[in-house]
Amino acid sequence: MALALEADRISFSYPGSGPVADGFSLALEEGQIGCLLGPSGCGKTTVLRCIAGLESIDAGEIRLHGVAVSRPGFTQAPESRRVGVVFQDYALFPHLTVAGNVGFGLRGATKGSRAQRVEELLEAVGMSGSGRRYPHELSGGQKQRVALARALAPRPQLLLLDEPFSNLDVDLRERLSLEVRSILKAQGMTALLVTHDQHEAFAMADRVGVMRRGQVEQWDSAYNLYHRPATRFVADFVGEGVLVDTVIEGKSVSQLLRPDDVLHDDESPTKAEVLKKAFRGAEFLYTLRLEDGKQVLSLVPSHHNHAIGERIGVKLDVDHVVAFPRD
Amino acid sequence: MPVRPAPSPLLRWTLAACAVGVLLALPVAIIAANLLLPGGEAWAHLSSTVLPRYVGTTLVLLLGVLAGVGVVGVTCAWLVAACEFPGRRALEWALLLPLAMPAYVIAYAYTDLLQFAGPVQTWIRTVAGPDVRLPDVRSLGGAIAMFTCVLYPYVYLLARVAFLRQSPSLAEAGRSLGLSPLAAFFRVNLPLARPAIAAGAALALMETLADFGTVSYFGVQTFTTGIFRAWMSMGEPASAAKLSAILLAFVFAILLAERWARRQAKYHDATPSARRERVALRGVKAGAATTACALPLALGFLVPTFLLVRMSLAGGDAAFGERFARLAFNSATLATLTALIAVAIALFLAYGARITRSPVSAAVNRFVGLGYAIPGAVIAVGVLIPAARLDNLLADAAQAAFGLKLGLVFTGGIAALVYAYLIRFLAVALQTVEAGLAQVTPNMEDAARSLGMNASETLAKVHAPMLRSSLVTAALLVFVDVMKELPATFVMRPFNFDTLAVQAYNLAADERLAEASTASLAIVAVGLVPLVLASRRLVGREEMRGTSPPRAIEA
Repeated sequence: MALALEADRISFSYPGSGPVADGFSLALEEGQIGCLLGPSGCGKTTVLRCIAGLESIDAGEIRLHGVAVSRPGFTQAPESRRVGVVFQDYALFPHLTVAGNVGFGLRGATKGSRAQRVEELLEAVGMSGSGRRYPHELSGGQKQRVALARALAPRPQLLLLDEPFSNLDVDLRERLSLEVRSILKAQGMTALLVTHDQHEAFAMADRVGVMRRGQVEQWDSAYNLYHRPATRFVADFVGEGVLVDTVIEGKSVSQLLRPDDVLHDDESPTKAEVLKKAFRGAEFLYTLRLEDGKQVLSLVPSHHNHAIGERIGVKLDVDHVVAFPRD
Repeated sequence: MPVRPAPSPLLRWTLAACAVGVLLALPVAIIAANLLLPGGEAWAHLSSTVLPRYVGTTLVLLLGVLAGVGVVGVTCAWLVAACEFPGRRALEWALLLPLAMPAYVIAYAYTDLLQFAGPVQTWIRTVAGPDVRLPDVRSLGGAIAMFTCVLYPYVYLLARVAFLRQSPSLAEAGRSLGLSPLAAFFRVNLPLARPAIAAGAALALMETLADFGTVSYFGVQTFTTGIFRAWMSMGEPASAAKLSAILLAFVFAILLAERWARRQAKYHDATPSARRERVALRGVKAGAATTACALPLALGFLVPTFLLVRMSLAGGDAAFGERFARLAFNSATLATLTALIAVAIALFLAYGARITRSPVSAAVNRFVGLGYAIPGAVIAVGVLIPAARLDNLLADAAQAAFGLKLGLVFTGGIAALVYAYLIRFLAVALQTVEAGLAQVTPNMEDAARSLGMNASETLAKVHAPMLRSSLVTAALLVFVDVMKELPATFVMRPFNFDTLAVQAYNLAADERLAEASTASLAIVAVGLVPLVLASRRLVGREEMRGTSPPRAIEA
């Protein structure tokens, strides 16, 4: 399949500060939804702005469908890239109606075809009938939908979403992220989103890149990021778990133990003391101390309600060993 | 959003902004420098005789006005923000109306009402006996009362917003910790609103320091009257400049005091809180609240307006007609010219600071914004001293070189006057334009670009429609300020070129109060325009959210 977006070892720095993107690479296939996941300040929004043509890169190359749009000394203007952007604060134009906003990028179209396209998109995002309202009359979630419709209207070859759900309530965030994914998939849109929320990343994306210090540490499926993290940083940043010092095949390593690797079993001869417990509805997350003093996490169905200080039976069920050289 | 690099061609824009800043700062710098120059004999005399009196009177005046506007402004703001009582909604915006009244105008009105031969004292004498007299309104105390009546809205306006923004849970927390409602107000709400109250009080005090018409009419000896006496009666420009410099020091002391009082502003939670429930007052309390809010409105606006209208109907005929039309035309010409230039410069400075992203441009804009604090009398002296010198140099040079008799190029026309207005009122335009531009967030520009618009299309389709109303508002505000301005106009107007404000002052000074009323009313009517705009916004923020037209684009 053709690559819709390639970022090839790009670097970018703001004057007077260190590099924000530093040899960053990534590739998205046509119709794929990718996500850059990372703590704040890791450079993910800057990468997005470089791809949109809002910043000029210092090194490397950005290609859209094989055509170079950014390289040092050349930046194709954002208006001629056909790259849509959904901004974190939505950036809706307050002086235009919803329909005016969605139709803003539809140039050269006849009045009738423009109105038709606007209505089609408002329907796709579940906002039909709201065309005559103004942005200040909309709720956060509605603004988000309008911003998405506006970015999709000119049929961009790539859609970029910058922390699209960070201004929304938690449950709206989850619902909307799944909904946006199905809208994008229905339109066959290639998209790249940026977030610091791993649930959002897992819900939305086919491929997730964990970013750190201007580089992608691992570009993989959500499943692999969780179960087969390539670096300590990824292991630590994605999901819960502890690194336990141990010896494997004669080498001292830190082994990753996820809470679902440590099972509670009353029959097990291995006992562990309950140090902390957190009720999560269906499960308890127990912090346990093993006989040798090591602490691990364990996810246990919540009808196993044990008191702090109690000793309970545990057994390891490690499907695959993830270990890193010890520091 | 991180700062993007400023391409070098924009350097020129920054330099031009600096040039504008320097040009506007020049007269003030000249005044400030005068403080360092040795004074002549006249100054030695002045500083030993009248200077202590000027300082003392000005301090008493400032303290009196501070107490007056503080009590009236905060009381009304709290009642309107926290309580529900009959007439609250109407009073909420009507309490701003006194802002349309220049202090010198209500001074004329109240003098007419309260003088010995006026209706009030006549009535008192018939009721209480021929020897009963009221204290003279034309006094320091009277001046404090006049300023309080028209300047309290500054405190009211800012304190009200501050009270409305406070989360109701703060006072509730205070209550749960054992405070009575009143104690909660003094220990929670009032301290939290202090920065806003200080900002409002500072504005009121600046206006007090800048006033010339009221204190001069009342015979109160302050710096502005002293500057005028030194300049016009004594022909002592150097002494006038020295007095101006000391007045300037007062202004900066107030600015600093305001900064100091505002140092806590950062702690405040600016996120809009849940809508507060107003306490519904009943019976006597409701009546007391309505009265407390209606009284400043009556004294600051309704009563003087009524008096002016009556005077105008009774004896103002002579002032209407051809002469009035000429004065109005002069005023409007000055105001329109200044407004257009001010908006053009403001747009240049504000947009420049935005696209160059240069801290220098931003600093120039902050600096220009201080012009509003400089009293008109100080600016007049600061402009006239160098302008007169330039005129003399030019005339001498023309005489020597060509044997020409050159008129007064700089001081003879309205150029110097417009220049002085710009120094004082550019800040108003700049603030409005900046607020308008701030509504176009960088992301909106980027969004337009990513939707296929190039830079100039973005300017036409995003900036222009969003800015239009701020530009109109900015021009209007400057227009009104120029119409009302008295001291600088009084000193700097060309020979035989009177304006409405000057005419009102001259007639009142000649005890022809009835004739002064027409011009005064005209000034008040013009002053109402920005208030109507402001009050629409004031109400709009809260009550009209979620209805039709796009409010967000109002500056």
